Amino acid sequence: MKMAHEIKHHLTDDILMGYAAGTLPEAFNLMVAAHLSLCDTCRAQAESFDAVGGEVLNESMSNSAAMTSDSLAATMALIADGAMNSEAAVEQTADPVLPKPLRNYVGGSLDDVNWRGVGMGVKQAILPTSSGASARLLFIPAGAAMPDHGHRGVEMTMVLKGAFQDEDGYFARGDVEIADSDLHHTPVADIHEDCICLAVTDAPLTFEGLLPKIVQRFARI
Amino acid sequence: MLKEPKFIFDPLLRGRRRPFMLTGVDTTETQTTPPPGVVLARAERPKGMKNSDGKRMLWVSHMTRIRDHQDQAAFAELFDHFAPRVKGFLIKSGANNSLAEECAQEVMATCWHKAHMFDPARASVATWIFTIARNRKIDVLRKERRPEPEELTWGPEEEPDQADVMAIQQESEILGRAIAELPEAQRELIQKAYFGDFTHSEIADQTGLPLGTIKSRIRLALERLRHAMK
Repeated sequence: MKMAHEIKHHLTDDILMGYAAGTLPEAFNLMVAAHLSLCDTCRAQAESFDAVGGEVLNESMSNSAAMTSDSLAATMALIADGAMNSEAAVEQTADPVLPKPLRNYVGGSLDDVNWRGVGMGVKQAILPTSSGASARLLFIPAGAAMPDHGHRGVEMTMVLKGAFQDEDGYFARGDVEIADSDLHHTPVADIHEDCICLAVTDAPLTFEGLLPKIVQRFARI
Repeated sequence: MLKEPKFIFDPLLRGRRRPFMLTGVDTTETQTTPPPGVVLARAERPKGMKNSDGKRMLWVSHMTRIRDHQDQAAFAELFDHFAPRVKGFLIKSGANNSLAEECAQEVMATCWHKAHMFDPARASVATWIFTIARNRKIDVLRKERRPEPEELTWGPEEEPDQADVMAIQQESEILGRAIAELPEAQRELIQKAYFGDFTHSEIADQTGLPLGTIKSRIRLALERLRHAMK
């Protein structure tokens, strides 16, 4: 039995605050929700930022807007109609790799992921999120390297299974690497196990090494 | 820390699987709760409750009444306080008046329906309502779904410790005061971060929000939940 991995690479305060304030693009929200499912340290920090929102709301007398005169009665009528359609939550079984928010996006478990090969044994599955940022699952065979790539925007990569190593350190389940345009890196999957990651970015990646531009366009990396 | 205790906490009530109760400083009586279905003319206020605590414990007890007794009077007070704030929040976020009105009503209805989901050891009622309003904003104004982390909730028969509930409510109070005491420019920045659709990324660094203690309180609550769920 392997010891639970202690998460060492966390989300940053600006991301967590953006999640609490509701200003991040959907793909980033998905990354945060997936990470918080695995990391109580960041969950507590995110809920602290929720508390800031609560205080801002509570103190915002000057920003409050009068409700219409029959609004309470209208709300009681809404309540009498029963609970609003809480999103059609399909109850799935637990999955040792995908936390629940990701299961919602793949529509099931790891077995339901619609992988597409992008070369060198690397596979990806793009998850359906709104435009503005994209989210995808990545499968990197044990010991394989992702092509060296730089970034135009912000890219966050969280390990779900296995591990990878790059210039920034060693990343295992729950660890998030946050890369911006300054970082050029070549992640290499740990030799012992295939690596599965969630990666989100608000800009297309720019590859310099192995994948020619045409493949990049085709693969929507 | 409060100079004098506003609530007396009876250790005998600490055990889990009990509803949390409030007792006032001037009485050892626990609050009487009406039988289910009975609607009070006016929500009963726990004795010894002062405005200086920002009413946080009052809102918590109202949530319990809504959850356990479908108490419409408690809901009406909650509504009076929070609905106009939620509506203002939605207008600041870009909704027009009628959409904001409609959404604020929906947010308050959700408070009723999801009263059993509110965990007073992890958040103030204001915080909880803020999260519902924020999610509604994303849903209605941005037409996106908002991924949420895996839930961590108490089982149907378990309740958080009353001491934990009071601690987090006090921390919320302290946080609220700290925000109120920030220099104007910083306070405005925070307002914008939460009330506008504003994606400025350095706000968290710039504001110097005092989040250390509330974070460790929430962390403790999460640990207890994880333990209870095992």
